[in-house]
Amino acid sequence: MIALEKRPQPSKIWTVATPVLAVVLTMIVGGILFAALGKDPIATISAIFFDPLFSENAWFYRPQLLIKGAPLVLIAIGLSFGFRAGIWNIGAEGQYIIGAICGAAAGLALYPAETRLIFPLMVITGALGGWAWAMIPGILRVRFGTNEILVSLMLVYVAEQLLASMALGLLRNPEGMGFPGSRNLAQWPAAANGEIISGSGMHWGVVAALIAVIFAYVTLSRHIFGYQVRLSGQAPRAARFSGVNPGRLVLICMGISGALAGLAGLFEVAGPAGQISIDFNVGYGFTAIIVAFLGRLNPIGILLAGGVMALTYIGGEIAQLQIGLPAAAIQLLQGMLLFFLLAVDVLTNYRVRFGREEIA
Amino acid sequence: MPGWDPANTGDYTLKRRNLLTSAAVAATLATFGAPVLAESHSVTVGFVYVGPVGDGGWTYEHNEGRLAVEEHFGDAVETVFVESVPEGPDAVRVMTQMALNGADLIFTTSFGYMDQTIEVASKFPDVKFEHATGFKRADNVSTYSARFYEGRAVQGHIAGQITQSNTIGYIASFPIPEVVRGINAAYVHAKAVNPDVDFKVVWAYTWFDPAKEAEAASVLIEQGADVILQHTDSTAPQAAAQAAGNVYTFGQASDMSEYAPMPRVSSIIDNWSPYYIARTQAVIDGTWESTDTWDGIGAGMVGIGEITDAVPAEVKASAEALRDALASGETHAFTGPINKQDGSAWLAEGETADDGTLAGMNFYVEGLAGEIPQ
Repeated sequence: MIALEKRPQPSKIWTVATPVLAVVLTMIVGGILFAALGKDPIATISAIFFDPLFSENAWFYRPQLLIKGAPLVLIAIGLSFGFRAGIWNIGAEGQYIIGAICGAAAGLALYPAETRLIFPLMVITGALGGWAWAMIPGILRVRFGTNEILVSLMLVYVAEQLLASMALGLLRNPEGMGFPGSRNLAQWPAAANGEIISGSGMHWGVVAALIAVIFAYVTLSRHIFGYQVRLSGQAPRAARFSGVNPGRLVLICMGISGALAGLAGLFEVAGPAGQISIDFNVGYGFTAIIVAFLGRLNPIGILLAGGVMALTYIGGEIAQLQIGLPAAAIQLLQGMLLFFLLAVDVLTNYRVRFGREEIA
Repeated sequence: MPGWDPANTGDYTLKRRNLLTSAAVAATLATFGAPVLAESHSVTVGFVYVGPVGDGGWTYEHNEGRLAVEEHFGDAVETVFVESVPEGPDAVRVMTQMALNGADLIFTTSFGYMDQTIEVASKFPDVKFEHATGFKRADNVSTYSARFYEGRAVQGHIAGQITQSNTIGYIASFPIPEVVRGINAAYVHAKAVNPDVDFKVVWAYTWFDPAKEAEAASVLIEQGADVILQHTDSTAPQAAAQAAGNVYTFGQASDMSEYAPMPRVSSIIDNWSPYYIARTQAVIDGTWESTDTWDGIGAGMVGIGEITDAVPAEVKASAEALRDALASGETHAFTGPINKQDGSAWLAEGETADDGTLAGMNFYVEGLAGEIPQ
């Protein structure tokens, strides 16, 4: 007989061990899946998890890990504040899009001026755009008690329509021969979010992600705001008695996550993507939710989780290319990661007890 | 440019050369379990797909072309592909990975890969690139596309005659010249056989999204359309038409014959196999050159799927006559007199459209209602 017994306090060891266990379990079950698809499981797992870091072409893949991981980490850090406090912003994808649109629009309005002030201006407007988009579900919840999960999610689809309209209309490149898409910001030095050190993959978005990690770590562990966030998540009533204003907390948490998602969008549109196009967004806002939970809503954990997630993307492409693994199998692997994490999470809060159940 | 400095170019070529020549490296890779692609084959051909190979439409047909290359050359050629690659920085990475892994020829099979193809090609001068449906070329970048509008003309010709409600629904994907050209071609030829015909266009903003496409089809059917043309790649509109009954459709990109004889009464089939085989052969022979290919029904790049018996025999016969005339070059799909939507003259009596105007087409012809989204 196996019984689960609730721990008086979440286990410290398992808090750290469950994400690692989830990754290991994903590798094992993923390996079985790949074997069932007729691929060599060891070679496939090694292509996904090791080749991006240690293969002969790793000099190319390592910078790509930064480019792919930075937006994930930046968005996930923002989400982690709200998630800790029980505020569920599911619409980071929309805030990411609006941040990119606002930032790009601010820059393009000044085209073709050549001053280095344009990029900082774009960064600020990008963050503001994401913040404003997140304020909609935030204010609606505080004022009218609407469900922020639904409103923020629905606003993603609104943002996508707006993106298509911008790429076809207002922000369309006048010299683009009638094709949709804005001018290429990455080819305009004043607005480009280029590499800080050539060949390193290190662009300003990576720097911002690292700063966000440090900022979040200090805030959550040292600042009174971090305490309020944690208290609200664990004991909302106690938080209210200790003077936390729930409405203000909602707005601040939504604001932080929106602004960081907006920043991620801006750094992407001015750097790796280069332009506003109809399908500019590729799901970073949603994947970041997995990253936030995989990282235990802990800033350092999120940094590592963002790295693992980026690894599965890049390694997944290597596996497609060299082993002929279908793309859907990679997506399955990524989904499995969250699934196993939630499953083994039981160990953090419960103790497994083997043996006969005592007769009451 | 995603994360690169042009000054790095030399570095790339150098590393690639190292990779391909060094036996030690090959041994290292082998121990990691990763096969060295270019090892036992003279040529490796890569394909970058925008959708899944099982989409039943656009990507499916490109993958059929890839399989044809494999079959034609056997062991002499190896092919690799990556599917569902988003049109942005991810595409740059995938193409670079292919080149680094030793691909000699890379087909990038969506319009949205244009800038990315040019960018990666500039870093790998020894690798040949072929970009589908774009207009930017370089010494090692060719472009290729098919004159799908010839197929649209045949569809319009049939649709105009079989519609009872005189309302034809059109599921458009993105407002780019390729799609606008298709709408115009279908309309011109539907109008020619049925002056009362009316087109309703829905923009789906996707190439492949079964849910959206099904919804678009349902909306058009509710608005009275009894023929649905689609420029999106899934079979969802076919299924929606089948459910509604008495609505005709045409297969897009692939034959979609599982919906024949009704609702699917004919189709446009993309046939990339001859082109892919010819270009691979050119790389093997060392005769590959940067070109711009735009082939139609005549060259076999565009196929017209079998016209079913749900269409009256005389309509079928005249549609086949039009198809053959387009194939032989006797008829051009855009032959004047044709005015633009605003009433201004475009083509005079007997005049045919030039390729430049067609390639950048961003206007409706006279008679079409609505506006191209701006």
